Amino acid sequence: MSGAGQPLWRRRSRAAELLRWLGWLLLVLLFVVCWTLMTQEQIWEFVWDAPTQAADLFSRMVPPRWSYMDSLWLPLWDTLNIATLGTLLALLIAVPVAFLAARNTTPSLLLVRPVALFIIVASRSVNALIWALLLVTILGPGLLAGVIAIALRSVGFIGKLLYEAIEEIDTRQVEAVRATGAGPAQVLDYGIVPQILPAFAGIAVFRWDINIRESTVLGLVGAGGIGLQLKASVDVLAWPQVTLIFIVILATVIASEWLSARVRRALI
Amino acid sequence: MPPTVSPTTAGSLRLVGLTKRYRTGDQALSDVTLEVPPGQVLGLIGPSGAGKSTLIRCINRLVEPSAGRVFLDETEITALHAGGLRRARRRMGMIFQEYALVERLTVMENVLSGRLGYVSFWRSLFRRFPPRDIENAFRLLERVGLTEHADKRADALSGGQRQRVGIARALAQEPELLLVDEPTASLDPKTSRQIMRLIREVCAERGLAAIVNIHDVALAQQFMMRIVGLRAGRVVYDGPPEGLTPAVLTEIYGEEDWGPLKPAQTDEEADDAAGIPDDQDIARAL
Repeated sequence: MSGAGQPLWRRRSRAAELLRWLGWLLLVLLFVVCWTLMTQEQIWEFVWDAPTQAADLFSRMVPPRWSYMDSLWLPLWDTLNIATLGTLLALLIAVPVAFLAARNTTPSLLLVRPVALFIIVASRSVNALIWALLLVTILGPGLLAGVIAIALRSVGFIGKLLYEAIEEIDTRQVEAVRATGAGPAQVLDYGIVPQILPAFAGIAVFRWDINIRESTVLGLVGAGGIGLQLKASVDVLAWPQVTLIFIVILATVIASEWLSARVRRALI
Repeated sequence: MPPTVSPTTAGSLRLVGLTKRYRTGDQALSDVTLEVPPGQVLGLIGPSGAGKSTLIRCINRLVEPSAGRVFLDETEITALHAGGLRRARRRMGMIFQEYALVERLTVMENVLSGRLGYVSFWRSLFRRFPPRDIENAFRLLERVGLTEHADKRADALSGGQRQRVGIARALAQEPELLLVDEPTASLDPKTSRQIMRLIREVCAERGLAAIVNIHDVALAQQFMMRIVGLRAGRVVYDGPPEGLTPAVLTEIYGEEDWGPLKPAQTDEEADDAAGIPDDQDIARAL
């Protein structure tokens, strides 16, 4: 069939095909090399022993110590407050930062926008746990450090998603509002805000959901919440309490996930 | 000396040597000089990229002209600074291609947004418009036949209905001039005619001048008092709709077989072309 002048179609040329195979081969080799390097200091006796160890730990973890729940309610409430207040504080900072960072709303592309972008990147590059570690040193242990840690981490997340939403708005709607003789603040209120409101609500709820999860571990470094109890229980090898804390965290995360999904669906 | 314009009539527009070159190097307008007397409805035709949209946007300075001057009555719009420009924009209602309504706001909010140049930020933020504006907005919605849709969101309406909201928004400004950019670009032929007729009628009712960009030559011939043909940013035709002969169309758009060009092709169109629409026509248009 190729002889009769029928054009022979091939997605890639023979050379390209060969190159692709070579690429895959190199990738597999790389994996093998890395694996050997990673495991050369592994003491394999411990690994072979792992199932026994795990079974042993598990046997000490069950049944959970349900009576410990009485002393978990308050830390749990603290955890929820850290997440919620932290998200609110983050929104207060992130909304203006997003407007300063978005190409189409920033007052100055050369001066203001880079500063706003830097705030966003700086906030995003540090994990909430590390923010908490720093803040516990500065502010002392407690809820306040947790709230601020969550807020600092969330500013970048909310700011980035929000400024991207602002940059994607329909410019004709903005133009139409400007054409009526509206001032800049009115253009913002009528032309831009209605367009980003659904994205804004979605982002806020999504971040709150993430912050619930993050705030459960902040106590590990002393920033308040249920993580404090977790660390205390692990330190004294009170495994049945640890199990209960895991269950409580899991239940909280599931509940917050369900709630945020409901809210997001209602907004769209 | 300022130009002699009769002081009793408002809304006369004068463009002098209007030129626009975009930063990309595209020469959108070259030395356009044009005068639109009060009450005249002028159709701007020309191929895509001829500068029709740029011309309209240079008038209210959504696009900054590179050179040339724009006068609305005695006001030199091209000489105004931010505050003065905003006040001048109130006098020019704009109607857009694809409507450009704020989709997530209600019909009423969209119409009232035509008053933004007149009310303070705080009033507009809390949607506390003066009662006179609200009354007027209801009258306009009645005029364009959308009274019962006032509280619907703009994105719940059909294309023709949305453009009626766009017209009501422009009229809410109580303008002296309408700038109309491809008002029927995404509408079917029947709805297009209804919208064009509505624009003609409101212009006649209020003595408004209008500049209307149109893609569709037949539509321009049917509804416009005067036609200006633009090609590559220059005026190549300025005259009555009847003057659009195949030779002129070739001058504007380039070589093509233009076929029969008489606007009255069908009975319905012949009716429409015959003159002033009667009450029944208006009722149908609404």
